[in-house]
Amino acid sequence: MTSLNTHSDPLILEMRSITKEFPGVKALADVSLRVKAGEIHAICGENGAGKSTLMKVLSGVYPYGTYTGDIVYQNEVQEFKDIRASEHAGIVIIHQELALIPELSIMENIFLGNEPTKRGVINWAEARTRSTELLARVGLREDPDTPIKEIGVGKQQLVEIAKALNKSVKLLILDEPTAALNESDSQHLLDLMLGLKGRGITSIIISHKLNEIEQIADEITIIRDGKSIETLNVKADGVDEDRIIKGMVGRTLESRFPDHEPKIGEVLFEVKNWNVGHPQIQDRLVCKNSNFFVRRGEIVGFAGLMGAGRTELARSVFGRSYGRFISGHVYKDGKELQLRSVRQAIDAGLGYVTEDRKSLGLNLLDDIKATTVSANLRKISKNFVVDANKEYAVAEEYRKSLRTKTPSVEEGVAKLSGGNQQKVVLAKWMFTDPDVLILDEPTRGIDVGAKYEIYGIIQKLANEGKAVIVISSELPELLGLSDRIYTIFEGAITGVLNKDEASQESLMKLMTSARKTA
Amino acid sequence: MNALKKLFGGNTRQFGMIFALVALIVFFEIFTEGRTLTSGNVINLFNGNSYILILAIGMVLVIIAGHIDLSVGSVAAFVGVCVSLFIRDWGLPWYIGVLMGLGLGVLIGAWQGFWVAYVGIPAFIVTLSGMLIFRGANQFVGKSNTIPVPADFQYIGSGYLAEFGPKTGYNNPTMLIGLLAVAFVIFSEIRSRRNAKKLGAEVPEAWVMVLKLVLVCGAILYATYLFATGRPGTSFPVPGLILAVLIIVYGFISSKTVIGRHIYAVGGNRHAAELSGVQSKKVNFLVMMNMSFLAGLAGMIFVGRSTASGPFDGVGWELDAIAAVFIGGAAVTGGVGTVIGSIIGGLVMAVLNNGLQLLGVGADLTQIIKGLVLLIAVAFDVYNKTQGKKSIVGMLMKNFGRSSEIKADETTQTKEVISRGI
Ligand SMILES: Nc1ncnc2c1ncn2[C@@H]1O[C@H](COP(=O)(O)OP(=O)(O)OP(=O)(O)O)[C@@H](O)[C@H]1O
Ligand SMILES: [Mg+2]
Repeated sequence: MTSLNTHSDPLILEMRSITKEFPGVKALADVSLRVKAGEIHAICGENGAGKSTLMKVLSGVYPYGTYTGDIVYQNEVQEFKDIRASEHAGIVIIHQELALIPELSIMENIFLGNEPTKRGVINWAEARTRSTELLARVGLREDPDTPIKEIGVGKQQLVEIAKALNKSVKLLILDEPTAALNESDSQHLLDLMLGLKGRGITSIIISHKLNEIEQIADEITIIRDGKSIETLNVKADGVDEDRIIKGMVGRTLESRFPDHEPKIGEVLFEVKNWNVGHPQIQDRLVCKNSNFFVRRGEIVGFAGLMGAGRTELARSVFGRSYGRFISGHVYKDGKELQLRSVRQAIDAGLGYVTEDRKSLGLNLLDDIKATTVSANLRKISKNFVVDANKEYAVAEEYRKSLRTKTPSVEEGVAKLSGGNQQKVVLAKWMFTDPDVLILDEPTRGIDVGAKYEIYGIIQKLANEGKAVIVISSELPELLGLSDRIYTIFEGAITGVLNKDEASQESLMKLMTSARKTA
Repeated sequence: MNALKKLFGGNTRQFGMIFALVALIVFFEIFTEGRTLTSGNVINLFNGNSYILILAIGMVLVIIAGHIDLSVGSVAAFVGVCVSLFIRDWGLPWYIGVLMGLGLGVLIGAWQGFWVAYVGIPAFIVTLSGMLIFRGANQFVGKSNTIPVPADFQYIGSGYLAEFGPKTGYNNPTMLIGLLAVAFVIFSEIRSRRNAKKLGAEVPEAWVMVLKLVLVCGAILYATYLFATGRPGTSFPVPGLILAVLIIVYGFISSKTVIGRHIYAVGGNRHAAELSGVQSKKVNFLVMMNMSFLAGLAGMIFVGRSTASGPFDGVGWELDAIAAVFIGGAAVTGGVGTVIGSIIGGLVMAVLNNGLQLLGVGADLTQIIKGLVLLIAVAFDVYNKTQGKKSIVGMLMKNFGRSSEIKADETTQTKEVISRGI
């Protein structure tokens, strides 16, 4: 598993002038990438810059012949015809979307397609010993028989890495591995990567969390608009986040948050004594007597650890789309609302942007324009007939204002890069013109520049007199954006802090304690 | 290749189907020495398949929503026998009988829809049970006898458009319908082009549109000619007219209306649809109900055509309808499919059936060939998606020596969709 080369800084991988075209889009134009053996190499760039595409070319997802240029890996030109071929050579990619099978156990997933056999029969005894070993290596303390669906995303990510290690990986590619992880899980993952580096495994990481990149990467290659811009050596060049941003967007970004003078009015939306039961488990509560309110023009943050019940709270309020409703009241403009279905919630002026855009936010078979209007078909239809012209016009308008990167709004959403998909989901909810907008992890997988734009959009919505709730696992984001922050711990609201009293430490304390404030 | 693609609005899948259908017709026309494209045969073909095509319309919606309906043959048979009994034993006029038959179809559909949508039992199970229940019910109420229907009821299954107006040598109403169809096609094409231009969307060159119109209108006029010059007393058949109306109505509903969007949304990603405010239960209920409604209609047309209702009416129809839908490009996983595609799929099967019959091929071989065609059509589809080549046409063009561009996007995209689906 260690590099065989002896001279200093040998390259394990060189991608030479890779060009990859999709119909109507040149995703990569003459991109080069040089990765040294044993280093952690980061790839940075805006949404749609071509990072994932480059890695898919490398790993054989886009087979040899569908791109031009050379891949030189371990001093040989490679022509991978599929993923198996690249895995055979020791290149393993962990995609932006995890590819584990929820119904199968951790062990079965690790060995899927790679089962240890004895005379054609799967040798589960060996699989068990090996998976226990592998889980220990990635620092995951779970029974190998636990089904994947019962462990959180952070742990699933570790299972993916265990799976890669099982294939005796030499070059590990991680596409936005920490996008869905909270801070401690992310840190664990980064430490693990450093550990792997210690054992001679080379890694390529793609991430929009630049602080992580700065922390672990040895070198950074920056891609902009499908072209490789530069490769920075973190130590030698003294690279910091601002330097990376400058490379990514071509200019320096003055601040991470747009200036905003909040115009806060009276209470617009209020939830009282909200109790919701777990959908399957009888006596378990996912929301415990929660009370919160949002004022006109106010941006309210919900802070909490992964699994604290923020999403559950939001979704149960949004037309009881999660859990078993037990008791509680919802008021808007002082009037009590009965929100028994999502339809009623939308009609009452609520909107909810999900954190899980792939399985809850998008129909991947649809195109951009159909998706944009899908939550508010009424507005563009007359007598139940959809006006295709209006649909196009609306989608086009949002494409321009959100600067979604796509050749046309008739493109399928499945073809968009992750960040651009998020913009389409946002557009869909903005088009419902809600008075109360709940955004669940709105900037997950979004690049710095686009984040700034999305913050701007959120602030603009607030300035229009809407009430905005932002759920986020990134505390700096909540601190920078919110006027007030509620903290949630194990289904209960444990505190609320105003902008001026909130800090990472004070929030963290409330997020991890059951202390009740009046 | 690109121009061809533009010709049919970039929908190569559909174009491939049309191409296959035309090829099939030409093939049989040659090998049956001109017996395929005669008035009599074409009229026959429509009469003998209209009920399957009607079922295919309902079935494609069911399949788009992510379900399946195995009960359509039994439901059709049950509705058929009930209507025959209403008319014979209660002495109801034929049109009341038809209305009651449609009502009965809706009731049966509501029953099945209830179990699928509100109890959450997979449609496969519900309709498998329905297949048994309604077959049994047909034989129970009909005492396994054939029950004749009066001549005026037979009109809906085997009637023709009446002659009127000046003596032109052609059947006037048929000609009128043909001309109206041509006018409509031209009008709507020009209008959609103008709209697209206004919005600044890309439109194909003018010659592409003209060529497309010439081809489509030529086909319509030729068909009109065939229908209008049949044996005296025949013309465009009534079941064909019913079918045409249904194609237009359902084609419009599925592609242009809110409920149509909702059906695709529920089939594509049910959870995402629900979080966008789509009432998926209602959608599922409606699609299932509609299917039985159309099955009832198909059953009555069949009874009208065969002049009596019998205990084995509609056996195996569900399979023909499902085959038509899948040949027409629908996906087993839901979310994909079109009404027009399914009709073309159904016509491919029908032409095949008819042509083989004309060639004197036995029922045994015909089944084998039909089975293989279904498999090959879908396999082509899957292969094209995984190989990144564009549909059947792409294959054909390649053999003509032109380069076929490799479209890897489709490849990975399906893979991604699949892996996400897991
Ligand atoms: N299968 C495809 N078909 C057509 N275009 C595609 C396809 N996959 C990607 N693209 C386009 O290629 C470009 C690069 O996409 P890619 O997914 O590599 O971006 P990315 O850098 O990974 O962005 P993100 O940070 O948002 O994940 C985008 O413009 C995207 O729309
Ligand atoms: Mg990406």
